[in-house]
Amino acid sequence: MPADGGIGAPMKRREDVRFLTGTGRYTDDLNRPGQAYVYFLRSSVAHGKINSVNTEAAAAMPGVIRIFTGADFEGIGGLPCGWQVTDKHGQPMQEPGHPVLAQGKVRHVGDPIAAVVADTLDQARDAAEAIEADIEELPAVIDMKKALEDGAPKVHDDLTSNLCYDWGFVEENKGAVDEAFANAAHVTTLELKNQRLVANPMEPRVAIGDYDPAGDNSTLYTTSQNPHVIRLLMGAFVLGIPEHKLRVVAPDVGGGFGTKIFHYAEEAFCTFAAKQLRRPVKWTSSRSEAFMSDAHGRDHVTKIELALDADNNFTALRTETYANMGAYLSTFAPSVPTWLHGTLMAGNYKTPLIYVNVKAVFTNTVPVDAYRGAGRPEATFQLERLVDKAARELGVDPIALRRQNFITQFPYATPVAVEYDTGDYEATMAKLEEIADLSGFEARLEESKKKGKLRGLGVNCYIEACGIAPSHLVGQLGARAGLYESATVRVNATGGLVVMTGSHSHGQGHETAFPQVIAEMIGIDPSMVEIVHGDTANTPMGMGTYGSRSLAVGGSAMVRATEKIINKAKKIAAHLLEASEGDIELKDGAFSVAGTDKSVAWGDVTLAAYVPHNYPLEDIEPGLEETAFYDPNNFTYPSGAYACEVEVDPETGKVTIESFAAADDFGNIVNPMIVSGQVHGGIAQGIGQALLEGCVYDEDGQLLTGSYMDYAMPRADDVPYYAVDHSCQTPCTHNPLGVKGCGEAGAIGSPPAVVNAVVDALQRAGKTEVTHIDMPLSPSRVWAAMNQ
Amino acid sequence: MYAFELERPTTLADAIKALGGEEAQPLSGGQTLIPTLKQRLAMPSTLVSLTGIDELKGIKNEGGTLTIGGATCHADVAKDGSYPALSDLAGHIGDPHVRNRGTIGGSLANNDPSACYPAAALASGATIVTNNREIAADNYFTGLFETALDEGEIITAVKFPIPEKAAYVKFEQPASRFALVGVFVTKGANGVRVAVTGASEGGVFRWTEAEEALSSNFAPSALEGLSVPADGMIGDLHGTPEYRAHLVGVITKRAVMKAG
Ligand SMILES: Cc1cc2nc3c(=O)[nH]c(=O)nc-3n(C[C@H](O)[C@H](O)[C@H](O)COP(=O)(O)OP(=O)(O)OC[C@H]3O[C@@H](n4cnc5c(N)ncnc54)[C@H](O)[C@@H]3O)c2cc1C
Repeated sequence: MPADGGIGAPMKRREDVRFLTGTGRYTDDLNRPGQAYVYFLRSSVAHGKINSVNTEAAAAMPGVIRIFTGADFEGIGGLPCGWQVTDKHGQPMQEPGHPVLAQGKVRHVGDPIAAVVADTLDQARDAAEAIEADIEELPAVIDMKKALEDGAPKVHDDLTSNLCYDWGFVEENKGAVDEAFANAAHVTTLELKNQRLVANPMEPRVAIGDYDPAGDNSTLYTTSQNPHVIRLLMGAFVLGIPEHKLRVVAPDVGGGFGTKIFHYAEEAFCTFAAKQLRRPVKWTSSRSEAFMSDAHGRDHVTKIELALDADNNFTALRTETYANMGAYLSTFAPSVPTWLHGTLMAGNYKTPLIYVNVKAVFTNTVPVDAYRGAGRPEATFQLERLVDKAARELGVDPIALRRQNFITQFPYATPVAVEYDTGDYEATMAKLEEIADLSGFEARLEESKKKGKLRGLGVNCYIEACGIAPSHLVGQLGARAGLYESATVRVNATGGLVVMTGSHSHGQGHETAFPQVIAEMIGIDPSMVEIVHGDTANTPMGMGTYGSRSLAVGGSAMVRATEKIINKAKKIAAHLLEASEGDIELKDGAFSVAGTDKSVAWGDVTLAAYVPHNYPLEDIEPGLEETAFYDPNNFTYPSGAYACEVEVDPETGKVTIESFAAADDFGNIVNPMIVSGQVHGGIAQGIGQALLEGCVYDEDGQLLTGSYMDYAMPRADDVPYYAVDHSCQTPCTHNPLGVKGCGEAGAIGSPPAVVNAVVDALQRAGKTEVTHIDMPLSPSRVWAAMNQ
Repeated sequence: MYAFELERPTTLADAIKALGGEEAQPLSGGQTLIPTLKQRLAMPSTLVSLTGIDELKGIKNEGGTLTIGGATCHADVAKDGSYPALSDLAGHIGDPHVRNRGTIGGSLANNDPSACYPAAALASGATIVTNNREIAADNYFTGLFETALDEGEIITAVKFPIPEKAAYVKFEQPASRFALVGVFVTKGANGVRVAVTGASEGGVFRWTEAEEALSSNFAPSALEGLSVPADGMIGDLHGTPEYRAHLVGVITKRAVMKAG
């Protein structure tokens, strides 16, 4: 292999040069000739009846091109939901409409009422202020449990209630689970919240609609993690534009974290308006708008119970979760608390019986959908908090209790419908003990005591399902899409390669990692490989980037396409070398005939493919370009063990993270530096959730955390030095690279470690009544818990 | 933002003249005013920039009094060091961008209940110098975002008597990193003064019981058993009134300890 650039090389990310020098090209950097600007007038109330929207005076203001309201979208599709969940009675979920601009009612603060298109943004904004919207405020439902009470105001008048679905998983097991609880030697119960988060990518969303009347072609430039998915959803379900007449471009994207997966009203609006007005229309979200229009994450309220036998073996697990959907169903919202959450409830443990109940609820809040980890952090958090609490109640070591219940045989079929192919939870736990220096904890505890600080240690495991996903399986579970990935590998005459991948990169480092795989396969320098992504016009139909799927699924498609390239190139080489194809070997960028010194360089073969003077034209076509689609036959199951040490200031309740260690098993590693970076970033977000972040509405549905003045993002000095290790590797058995995915692990595994550590610190200080504190563990909350 | 005219005078006299115009407002570092304008929460017709006026900038240490020009940015105060507790305070306002733009005059004129400088001015017994008069800090802060400044009156300088001992401790609100509770203590010619910011619904205030206790014994232990009532403290998602009242005690002790 190329010593410095193949699989396993810690190469620096080539894309960082442009990101760090300000030469990246983001959607807001793009401007189309003659472009107009749109400003959305958004609801300032959480729930209201739209009596009238009078735009007459506003429309006459300078620069205004046209003002659109919900009426302009009558007869046009609404924003579709990509996943249908079936409830515990076998009925489909309640699925409300989601108009591009509000019709009849507004349902959350930020719901768009009207869109003003003008020559300049300021003119659009001035005119928006002149719109007379007569909105009669209605009582809002914010709290999920109150939303389900009889007589609660309904978010959607045409639905029977605010219940989207009541899901039981596995419903047939419920009786057996209840029986196991009745027979348990010990039951541990925990009620907790997984608070609502705002994803806050550094780059806010942007959309530019463009229309070319000459060819009747529409183009949308947008900040998306999956341009093909947007093209399909918007083209087929909202605007009725066939895919061959619609191009979606997602250029450099400044972070997504899930919230840029979904199809948003602003994208549909700009595409629609550009065609109506025959002018490009641009929208750039302000940060304030992002807080009230980007899909939020998490927002679960859960009761979880664990049954144990007299020997502390887990015998059953039972959960009841309320999951907030917000006011509308965002693209993949229904799948998050169900198939991305319930299926993970076994965690790393051989609990034989599990029942998960999830009630998804509509409220007058911003829609909630996938955010880094999506369902899996919620599953991990409740389970790992619960196991910690059980250990404390039983007076046993929390690590020993985990070890005792670890799954040790693989493949392992869980009682929640998934089969873990590989894993070694004992190995990651042992590695964690080493890198976190757990045996030195007591000494550090003493040091903290001397400073007057309460020290605590929190440990947890996690499992996740990524490499999303086998299409046949997700189809049965309600997905309205397939979840394969694609790649076209184009070899140029002079030997360089261009990979057109459906996997979008918005911070993951595809442009560096993907070439390393090809470099390894062919034996060339990775600089000979260029990655193209993000434009439906020049990449094959792909499903995009989320669910830690890019390398496992997109990378596998690229491997398959490259294998086809190599097979064809071997045929050409055999012809050039006058040897039999079966004798041709590819090594270090050259084809040779086994057992001889006859060889031909990679570049000579690629040249022959395009200058086929001496070429087996009767057997194979000229050219060297192949496409492959890869559909995995299982999820991948990264796992690991995390440890966090905190100090709590007993006088103020302030928590500081003293150390954080992560031992992960991601299977094979292509670029360890990128993997470490992904883990670092994930942990920073997990610490953010555990200590700082939280989206808060008041009871009228006003957003109290509408800016960074009140929504606390983690900053550099909030996070510690991380000890990360990914040397425990049990390769995935079902993809060609043996990789599992690492993008979400940090965010999944870290919140319970932090909360376990804080509870441990308070317990050690004699606050035995503190068995849980809801996130974020802000100083005021921790202080209140200590002084309850 | 709504459209506005921008005046950039280079003398105080020109600034005052420009501020006499209809709906004119001073603009200093813009760290508070510009975000307000961006949200369209204010609609001045003219902004009169103060940061191009040399006589409003700079720091002088004369006879134990530090005089800081109204348009002096936080970073310059942080660098100065002749009043260490004040420089320490300035060095922990916001981030480098904020410190290199935001000014002491803007901060005191704005009188945000969570801002840091009001605590320093009140605890130091500073004098707010305007284009018309001198106002003792004790008479200057009149409520949340309220000051004794008249319409069109601008802060030209702030005079701080440098105390013998002083310290500021800020317990940060986790999101904004303004003061959830900030306490500035001084001991000097004016006796002991303790000013608390961030905590009260009435804005910055002097904690007189603590001042009395510390006057006889300038040590954290003198504050044992003292507390402020929760009544009248700010309650929001970052802390209840009880929590803030508790923090006033804790942070005051820490400030005394830091002052040494
Ligand atoms: C991210 C961020 C973090 C911050 N963190 C902190 C913090 O931790 N602690 C803290 O104390 N502050 C903090 N601030 C506020 C900062 O200190 C501001 O600079 C300050 O509050 C206002 O000063 P300015 O010079 O920017 O005033 P401007 O924004 O220009 O003006 C503010 C107001 O004062 C008026 N004004 C300005 N100068 C004068 C004058 N000389 N005379 C009369 N009126 C005048 C203006 O008309 C306006 O009404 C932060 C700000 C930001 C953006």
